[in-house]
Amino acid sequence: MGELNSIKEIHDLYRKKEITIREVVDYFLKKIKKFDPLVHAFLKVDEDYINREIERVEKLDLNDKYPLYGIPIAIKDNILTKDLTTTCASKILENFIPPYDAEVIRRLKEKGAIIIGKTNLDEFAMGSSTENSAFGPTRNPWDLERVPGGSSGGSAVAVAVGESLLSLGSDTGGSIRQPASFTGVLGLKPTYGLVSRYGLVAFASSLDQIGPFARKVEDLAIILQSIAGYDPKDSTSSPNPIPNYLELLGKSIKGWKIGVPKEMWEKGVSEEVLNVLKESLNILERDLGAKLIEISLPSMEYALPTYYLIATSEASSNLARYDGIHYGYRNKEQKDLISLYKVSRGEGFGSEVKRRIILGTYALSAGYYDAYYLKAAKVRTIIRKEFESAFKNVDIIISPTSPILPFKLGEKIEDPLQMYLCDIMTIPVNLAGIPAISVPAGFKDNLPVGLQFMGPFFSEDKLLQISYAFQKIVDFSEKYPNLEMR
Amino acid sequence: MYIPVIGLEVHAQLLTKSKMFCSCSTDHENAPPNTLVCPVCMGMPGVLPVVNKKAVELVIRTALALNCEISGFSKFDRKNYFYPDLPKGYQISQYDLPLAKGGYVEFEVDGEIKRVRLKRIHLEEDTGKLLHMGEGDRLAEAEYSLVDLNRCGIPLMELVTEPDIRSAKEARLFLQELRTILRYLEVSSGDMEKGSLRCDANISIMTEDGVFGTRTEIKNVNSFYSLEKALEYEIERQINLLKEGKEVIQETRHWDEKKQITVTLRGKEEAEDYRYFPEPDIPPLIIPKELLEEIKKTIPPLPLQRKLYLQKNYSLTSKEAEIITSEKELCDFFDKCLELYKNVKNLSNWITVELMSYLNDQKLNFKDLKIEPKDFVRIIEMVDKNEITRPVGKEILRKYLDTNESPEKIVEREGLKTVSDLEFLKDVVKKVIDGNEKAVSDYMKGKKNVINFLVGQVMKETKGRASLDLVKSLLEEELDKMK
Repeated sequence: MGELNSIKEIHDLYRKKEITIREVVDYFLKKIKKFDPLVHAFLKVDEDYINREIERVEKLDLNDKYPLYGIPIAIKDNILTKDLTTTCASKILENFIPPYDAEVIRRLKEKGAIIIGKTNLDEFAMGSSTENSAFGPTRNPWDLERVPGGSSGGSAVAVAVGESLLSLGSDTGGSIRQPASFTGVLGLKPTYGLVSRYGLVAFASSLDQIGPFARKVEDLAIILQSIAGYDPKDSTSSPNPIPNYLELLGKSIKGWKIGVPKEMWEKGVSEEVLNVLKESLNILERDLGAKLIEISLPSMEYALPTYYLIATSEASSNLARYDGIHYGYRNKEQKDLISLYKVSRGEGFGSEVKRRIILGTYALSAGYYDAYYLKAAKVRTIIRKEFESAFKNVDIIISPTSPILPFKLGEKIEDPLQMYLCDIMTIPVNLAGIPAISVPAGFKDNLPVGLQFMGPFFSEDKLLQISYAFQKIVDFSEKYPNLEMR
Repeated sequence: MYIPVIGLEVHAQLLTKSKMFCSCSTDHENAPPNTLVCPVCMGMPGVLPVVNKKAVELVIRTALALNCEISGFSKFDRKNYFYPDLPKGYQISQYDLPLAKGGYVEFEVDGEIKRVRLKRIHLEEDTGKLLHMGEGDRLAEAEYSLVDLNRCGIPLMELVTEPDIRSAKEARLFLQELRTILRYLEVSSGDMEKGSLRCDANISIMTEDGVFGTRTEIKNVNSFYSLEKALEYEIERQINLLKEGKEVIQETRHWDEKKQITVTLRGKEEAEDYRYFPEPDIPPLIIPKELLEEIKKTIPPLPLQRKLYLQKNYSLTSKEAEIITSEKELCDFFDKCLELYKNVKNLSNWITVELMSYLNDQKLNFKDLKIEPKDFVRIIEMVDKNEITRPVGKEILRKYLDTNESPEKIVEREGLKTVSDLEFLKDVVKKVIDGNEKAVSDYMKGKKNVINFLVGQVMKETKGRASLDLVKSLLEEELDKMK
């Protein structure tokens, strides 16, 4: 049997009765056994749980009601799965078994998907390299000395290596797109409010959004179709009707106006990345008939500080519940309440999480609120408006997903500012709340480079359309990192 | 001069079926600990709040009734602090854009109408409860503490007054009036003893007109009585400090119910920074004008308004009107009875004396009773028409309230009709005179009051079924014959 690259391939085999659900799951489990000791994409693969998943799906039939019938999907370990540990890669939630499924998990199961395991991340999704995991880093399969990006590094690598066909991640400032770029897979950050956040462990509530990883655009569309749409349990979820995301795939993008913001293509982007992506711009113009239009988004330079004030402020509050009282890690030696809080939280959280809690607490403190949080909120509005007005003139905005190639483990971990700069291209999208996708565009020295398409609110169908057109020409969906040799 | 300046912060649990941000029941009074909980109100990872619309409507209802200005645009904020009864580490509350601002409460103080202005009314969620084990009733002194999250997430309305209150008694009267209003509006049960109505008091002393003193905040006031007592104590304490030339320190003080004193809880320096910021999980609340109009239509007249109406239109005394309007259900009942029965004074008397004495004996509120206006009026009419005597009427009212059997049936079954058989009564009178020689001879000697004793004896013999006046005249007639 060759590689299983897409939902369609697997469903065709099911239809021809050439393969069973168990065989498909075993195929992926075998890859996990083989490759995960090298890449460490997974935090939990529970065979009993998987067996129950298989039995559940075996009772269903392969039809339109179950577009993910018998399809394994890996889940970032900050999305709650009932009866399966959800740790956020943190010591503070090391043994936490959720009493309920996240809404996205409920929907995936309803559509016939099989939850194959929980993937590694930067602790509480705070990081850009998956090095901030309390349970050890994930490695980039294209070069094991390098990071896979983050924070959804585990989910990206699981798909890149073929340990799972699909996966879910979460994206607060680039945590889906940047690792997708670093590992050579597709990653989509939907419009804020398109996918329910119920059951996603909150990092920064006004920025967090769940999204999928896949090898093929069509699969990205199918999984998005399954998880998108209004959820009454999430007051920030949109009541808009959901379009058919497959409908526009294969349609031409000829004549589309593509905005190329000079701020995102000049300063700070490495030569290696620029060289690969210039060819992508050529493809869009020459092969696909799109028009490239240079635009300006002058406030982009404020995006990073704005993000680090809003995200850390919200995080400082969101992470207050991990206090050692109700669940999670508690240092049992303490004799009074304040010490119990201090020591439990001090020992339970890793250093990057603590850094951000302290930053956020400071930004919200009396006397600083106006200068930091409130100002950041105002800049955020300006950034959103800049995007909105840009989209009056262009259909899509394009940029590198990451300004640099995947870097080495340990290279930036001691320098948080350098690490934060990795997300300079992706952060503005979260601040604006718009959707964006990272598409594999090429390789430099066997390291993947991703291209980011950004669209107006709820333009996922168009983002998928342009990504599909692009992937028709530049297709790495059947290219795998060479781990067999080791 | 030493004038107390008092402002109150009142918390009222709202009468919703479900909690503020989840669908758990609010009926926590007799529920075993941690049984009315779900991932949302327990603050589990990943959960999100969904606003209870009914709670918002109840606040708007209150705000409209108290003449507040309702914000068309409002939002929730997070109030951040650590405590074991707060599982999220923050309370969802409202900071700079509360649902309502301004407004006032009017109430009577010694026959005068007093107005206390409101600063704001906002909506928030209640916290859980801690049970401290071992010595002491505070966390720091406890051997260990237990957490019960049943109360956590119950909708809580906070009303903050301007510092318009000028005495401890005024504060109590304000709070009592507010409770009655909240009950009229069916917004809160207002039971202080059950904690569904809570109050913190801010107090300072004004020594010169318009110059406010340093204030203290008093917590742990759990009844109307302790509010008055705590304020009286604190007023005296502050005035004494000022008289001695000392300063009042800005601080939070704890009312010690046992010792009847206030003690320092924490100083200004230890005041928490709550780091309020807009709750990102809840979009801003837009209150449509139509909703306000709709709610406005359902707001009943308030107790003071009804009290003054009763006094003016039916010439009831202030005391009578106060009793009748103390509960909306009772006042409605009074109105319904009036449709069936025209003697207002008599009706008021039956309600404020007979019905009230039953409620006091049974420790019940009127709304707990099963009582029909027609049955109540029927009892009064039977007395009016001399079908039964007044003492029998009282007895029937009690039996009726106990059993809900129709008054006629009770009269019938127990044979309580007034005895109008003169011959029979005369026999009883003779029997009583024969059996009470001492009393009779006293009467003959001029102790006319003894007649009441003899009347009592006749009533006893007739089980109260005889008309008092008739018995008295028969007795006098018979005794006169003996002269």
